[in-house]
Amino acid sequence: MDLRLPSKVLEHIFSFVDSNEDRNSVSLVCKSWFETERLTRKRVFVRNCYAVTPAAVARRFPGMRSLTLKGKPHFADYNLVPDGWGGYAWPWIEAMAEKSPSLEELRLKRMVVTDECLEKIAASFKDFKVLVLTSCEGFSTDGLAAIAVACRNLTELELRECIVEDLGGDWLSYFPETLTSLVSLDFSCLDSEVKLSDLERLVSRSPNLKSLKLNRAVSLDALGSLLRLAPQLVELGTGSFSDKLDQEAVSKLAQVFTELKELKSLSGLWDVLPEYIPLLYSVCPGLTSLNLSYATVQMPDLVELLSRCSNLQKLWVMDLIEDKGLEAVASSCKELRELRVFPSGADVDETNVAMTEQGLVSVSEACPNLESVLYFCAQFTNAALATIAKTRPNLKCFRLCVIEPFAPDHKTHQPLDEGFKAIVESCKDLQRLSVSGLLTDKAFEYIGTHGKKLRMLSIAFAGDSDLMLHHLLSGCESLNKLEIRDCPFGDTALLENAAKLETMRSLWMSSCGVSFGACKLMSEKMPKLNVEVIDEHTPETRPDSSAVEKIYIYRTLAGPRLDMPEFVWTIHKNPEIGVSHLAIE
Amino acid sequence: MAYEKVNELNLKDTELRLGLPGTEQVKEEQDVSCVRSNKRQLQSDNEEESTTPPAKTQIVGWPPVRSYRKNSNNNNSVSYVKVSMDGAPYLRKIDLKTYKNYAELLKALENMFKFTIGEYCEREGYKGSEVVPTYEDKDGDWMLVGDVPWDMFSSSCKRLRIMKGSDALALDSAL
Repeated sequence: MDLRLPSKVLEHIFSFVDSNEDRNSVSLVCKSWFETERLTRKRVFVRNCYAVTPAAVARRFPGMRSLTLKGKPHFADYNLVPDGWGGYAWPWIEAMAEKSPSLEELRLKRMVVTDECLEKIAASFKDFKVLVLTSCEGFSTDGLAAIAVACRNLTELELRECIVEDLGGDWLSYFPETLTSLVSLDFSCLDSEVKLSDLERLVSRSPNLKSLKLNRAVSLDALGSLLRLAPQLVELGTGSFSDKLDQEAVSKLAQVFTELKELKSLSGLWDVLPEYIPLLYSVCPGLTSLNLSYATVQMPDLVELLSRCSNLQKLWVMDLIEDKGLEAVASSCKELRELRVFPSGADVDETNVAMTEQGLVSVSEACPNLESVLYFCAQFTNAALATIAKTRPNLKCFRLCVIEPFAPDHKTHQPLDEGFKAIVESCKDLQRLSVSGLLTDKAFEYIGTHGKKLRMLSIAFAGDSDLMLHHLLSGCESLNKLEIRDCPFGDTALLENAAKLETMRSLWMSSCGVSFGACKLMSEKMPKLNVEVIDEHTPETRPDSSAVEKIYIYRTLAGPRLDMPEFVWTIHKNPEIGVSHLAIE
Repeated sequence: MAYEKVNELNLKDTELRLGLPGTEQVKEEQDVSCVRSNKRQLQSDNEEESTTPPAKTQIVGWPPVRSYRKNSNNNNSVSYVKVSMDGAPYLRKIDLKTYKNYAELLKALENMFKFTIGEYCEREGYKGSEVVPTYEDKDGDWMLVGDVPWDMFSSSCKRLRIMKGSDALALDSAL
């Protein structure tokens, strides 16, 4: 008796399986499940564009409608990855154009996207709907015009913090009059002014528009007229909030804000003048997300604003908020889930000293749902970390950046080992952790012992020896991404725990003490990893004992990549280099 | 990369180089994450920050803030800079954006620190004044206030220092 379910039945069942983690598990059960799953998967996530080839992905998932790709390592955000390293979108777009022309959605993060790429998208995918580019670069506003003019069914065009060659605001005028399907438009990272009348017409003919994020060049006056045309907005990113308006214009603008009954998310607010902040009061009670990280609002005005935001779940703000402002958040924003506090100054000297560890402690003590924290601060204490750990065991993401490297507990002058121990012991579901301040190997022993659910870990200027790396690689069972800079370990721990790297997505190490010889040995021992040595000084002969600048190691099915620049070396560039002459301990 | 001796301190002692104890760093060029600013010729010995490391270490990619965000913040509407005056017990802070030109700025500084300053001329600076206003620009260089157009100054000025007495004279004669 054939006990296998017919594939049509399987297909129907799998159509209810949404999450890709579940789908990945489903695909491992047996061959027929693998087959049915792959034919029915619509949304594909490739979190390292070099882990697999575009052709393989297209072949496996012929029904793909949505593709999400990530390119450069996370530390590229902080200029640690040299220009030209890689992360090119072109091979993917070219492959999908040929093999998956029904692709509707493309989401790219930290990739190099050229105008050629955008033109190819416009020309190849007839039913293209969604383009979201996050931290991408390499294209100009001409490429945007190509998308605008050709994608008849476009619903989302979002440029999040991209570096774009801005040739002017004309691109917006290329959206045809027949385009009425727009749901989300984000051009906040562009500099040039777009033609207001074209923007107004676009907004008027987009009844489904829910999210609009303007760039700084859109004036306050223009904002008023746009909001009158789109009172249904759920997400708004304003432009510059600083024109001098007369009394009548101000009260008209205030009126317009009161009409925004659906608004849940507010951002932008560049250059906001204090006298205009009350304009926002009417939308505050409805807000669940508020991004003030580009708005230089001082503490007293922040207190006034935030005390009205009783439903706020996500707050991004600068350290201008000070401890007092965070106390106001603690007492008013009981629904808070995510808090990010960014530095307003460029370095330690300019850090706002009226914001200390106490601010975060207040919020931790008072906001029961707080689970994600990013906090830049001049200094911290073990006691504060212990309090945060005790009051918020539900933390999932904790990223603390004490701005001065090697800064100890400013009260006891001890390393922050004990404080981070408290965090990892108490927060059993912690998935992401960034540590800072003065830390010895002990801190990493604690993290290795207790951080069992930890998936991503970021470390800078910490530790004493190889032990730190050994603790992490041998202890953190769920570790997926590890990024380390300026820590004093060498080859031993890395080589001893090499097998661990096949269970992780990637490992980044820069300005550590790993030698070229160790990289070669790793490459030989672990063929399923790409061991990239990124060193801008490319000497003709590199002694094995010399420490390399940067190393990026990731597991891959795609083998060596074909687009490596001169300053990236993998063993495939010199396959004749053997390791038999190295002393292997 | 040779480390300059600044204020008689050998910077090698305070550098952020991390290696295993006892290991010799084979190539000095490999410290690419630490970039030293070595243009501090105008620092005098009674600089109020003589207790802190004299040359500010500019570390690549630190603090870990996306450059996109850093660039945006440079254009913000308040621009507070510290102002120090030689001999004054504490520093002040002013918002450069509240001034439209050098005349307004200098007048405000005169009021704040109770000094008078002479006329600026391109060739001789503030010759004849008891004080000389200087500023630190984005590159870490100490410059004379007044040489560049106001907008360029206000966007690149990171802090101000009013030099007086013998230091001022030394600067003037050096010009």
